[in-house]
Amino acid sequence: MNALTPAPASPPSPYSSALVTSKAESHTLSVLVDNEPGVLARVVGLFSGRGYNIESLTVAEVAHADHQSRITILTSGTPEAIEQIRHQLERLVPVHRVTDLTAQGNFVERELAMVKVRGRGENRMEALRLSEAFRGRVVDATTESFTFELTGAPSKIDHFVELMRPVGLVEVSRTGVAAISRGPDGM
Amino acid sequence: MSRQMTGAEMVVTALEDQGVDTIFGYPGGAVLPIYDALFGHQSVKHVLVRHEQGAGHAAEGYARSSGKVGVLLVTSGPGATNAVTALTDALLDSIPLVCITGQVPTHLIGSDAFQECDTTGITRHCTKHNYLVRRVEDLPRILHEAFWVASHGRPGPVVIDIPKDVQFATGTYVGPQNIVHKTYQPRVKGEMDRIRHAVALMAAAKRPVFYTGGGVINAGPEASALLRELVGLTNFPITSTLMGLGSYPASGENWLGMLGMHGTYEANHAMHDCDLMIAVGARFDDRITGRLDAFSPGSTKIHIDIDPSSINKVVKVDLGIVGDCAFVLEDMVRLWRSEGHGADRAALAEWWGRIDGWRKRNSLGFANSTSVIKPQHAIRRLHELTKDRDTYITTEVGQHQMWAAQHYGFEKPNRWMTSGGLGTMGYGLPAAIGVQMAHPDALVIDVAGEASILMNMQEMSTALQYRLPVKIFILNNSYMGMVRQWQELLHGSRYSESYSEALPDFVKLAEAYGGVGIRCEDPAELDAAILRMIDTPKAVIFDCVVEREENCFPMIPSGKAHNEMLLPTGIDDWGAPDLGAVIDEKGKMLV
Ligand SMILES: Cc1ncc(C[n+]2csc(CCOP(=O)(O)OP(=O)(O)O)c2C)c(N)n1
Ligand SMILES: [Mg+2]
Repeated sequence: MNALTPAPASPPSPYSSALVTSKAESHTLSVLVDNEPGVLARVVGLFSGRGYNIESLTVAEVAHADHQSRITILTSGTPEAIEQIRHQLERLVPVHRVTDLTAQGNFVERELAMVKVRGRGENRMEALRLSEAFRGRVVDATTESFTFELTGAPSKIDHFVELMRPVGLVEVSRTGVAAISRGPDGM
Repeated sequence: MSRQMTGAEMVVTALEDQGVDTIFGYPGGAVLPIYDALFGHQSVKHVLVRHEQGAGHAAEGYARSSGKVGVLLVTSGPGATNAVTALTDALLDSIPLVCITGQVPTHLIGSDAFQECDTTGITRHCTKHNYLVRRVEDLPRILHEAFWVASHGRPGPVVIDIPKDVQFATGTYVGPQNIVHKTYQPRVKGEMDRIRHAVALMAAAKRPVFYTGGGVINAGPEASALLRELVGLTNFPITSTLMGLGSYPASGENWLGMLGMHGTYEANHAMHDCDLMIAVGARFDDRITGRLDAFSPGSTKIHIDIDPSSINKVVKVDLGIVGDCAFVLEDMVRLWRSEGHGADRAALAEWWGRIDGWRKRNSLGFANSTSVIKPQHAIRRLHELTKDRDTYITTEVGQHQMWAAQHYGFEKPNRWMTSGGLGTMGYGLPAAIGVQMAHPDALVIDVAGEASILMNMQEMSTALQYRLPVKIFILNNSYMGMVRQWQELLHGSRYSESYSEALPDFVKLAEAYGGVGIRCEDPAELDAAILRMIDTPKAVIFDCVVEREENCFPMIPSGKAHNEMLLPTGIDDWGAPDLGAVIDEKGKMLV
């Protein structure tokens, strides 16, 4: 999907040169929205239209009765850009709330991945051993392949995928990041 | 109050319940049921435009001059796509519009049916919000919500796309009193602590300036009244953006004139050298700031805006206050009075002394002529001869627009309708039609360029049909003057495609439409001709033939700072600026 590829760094405009002072950081945003048609297009369109990055995006309905969905977006930008992204998201009519989990400090981040590996003999066994070390589960197997299910922080999944490469990585499917703050309070 | 009716009847009933007396539109297959419901309707008057873009700008003119929501009704496909420019214009200038578009029946959506387009997809980026109504049960709520969203918070255009089967379906109508928007509840009252802080900063300021914008106009006439009161109490100087003209009177003592790219010397220098900037309903647009890293380098900045995303978007401010300008200004006035604040008089006197020095440069001066009409002179005469009447000015886009902003003194809010953010040529005539519909007895003048006016010339026919006596005052310089000026500055006077070749005879054109045409080329005859225009109780095209290669000054060239302005020549001994040398390579990249 187009909107998910990071926008190429554009040459700084002489108009905006005063703002490119601080360094880019990654932030995880939680966005609570009305689950109405087009709401995801609005959010994604905002990012592409204004040239913001999306590194990961997940969405699912979380309150069926109220038709509310929660979107988790991993984005990057200067602190000023992140503040702007938050305000721009809040401006969308179907958006209830936006929380910058990174700015709040303490949160848990998880992603699910399915990783297919093909191989025989020692390679196949090595893949299985490694998946156990990462607390992966086998969700499909043939005599010449395994598909593992793995949950964890995105960095753990990245790491696992790298390890699978030499033992016969075929393909990966990842859900993107879901995140929630630690402690008793909701967003 | 709930009644059974068709979707089409719901549309018209909702318009009535929202107090809409006028809508602008153009029929087509996908809106026929709504047109049928409008047939012979008493309280909602439909104005048939000649192009859907015209309907949009007319609704904008109606909205901006009346403070109400403007409404347009167009068909699916080309009707909707023709409206896109006007919707974008309204988004950038924060004008409240509700645009109802017809859509192919729900079962045909996605099949590339005749006159189908993805209207909500296309307009998602150029509306504040949009809706595709799939069930008639949702229609009443959406209709009323749309008016709420368009007019609350930062105003903007809202599209309601209604498939034809939904227009025919019968359902239960619900009135507006039962609609409470679940998510969209913008904050209108500013935080008291911040307002108190702002007032303290103002009391301590030595070189303050108010920088006001279209938000003050959008906040209603009370906001302008409060602004005047606050300026009077503090004796601070005040400047405004293009969109904010009229909120403080041009004849007021503290008025510095407009700021920005074609703003006055005193306004831009005051912005550059101030120690406290109080931005009220203005958004630090690039036309205003010029080069950002040299924008008002030494000032503390307060920014009052109803849109939180406007604060710190382009310029980092020290104190942001989210709220409706009218509410915040009211609190400021009250605090200033009740806490017995006074400005630093000595410092202020010195500041005014510097400002008076800048004023002496007479940056709006120009060399008048007895042989050819100077465009600035034409606007000044127009102002002089219309200022004691109930006058509304709209414009097209180009030099004439800037000259109107500079030389026509606006005394009241909602009297000045111009396309600021999008800069849409073709805005002025349909906007004037909208203004005239809202103010039937007023004098409504579209200050136009000979190129711009041809973009929506067809609306002359609308003006005649509804007997709207709008006046089109063309500053005819035979060039796309603003383009020519930039080509002179940036491209060595290579006037590529900016000459207005093969112009129509505007007098005959007016007559062909059934209106009145007037041409004036002689400065000595100008006043009489303008008076004749004013006294004509019909639509007029006034072809005011002016100096061809006049440039619009002052000007901050792209990429330059407020204190690096180009000033007019020929009236003083400043000497002609070396135009080719004033813009550097980086500046040439800008628009
Ligand atoms: C729809 C649209 N197309 C192009 C432009 C670019 N543009 C800005 S000013 C201008 C020339 C306008 O000429 P005219 O109406 O004669 O006004 P003048 O500058 O001569 O007063 C053009 C082409 C625009 N603003 N809008
Ligand atoms: Mg022209």
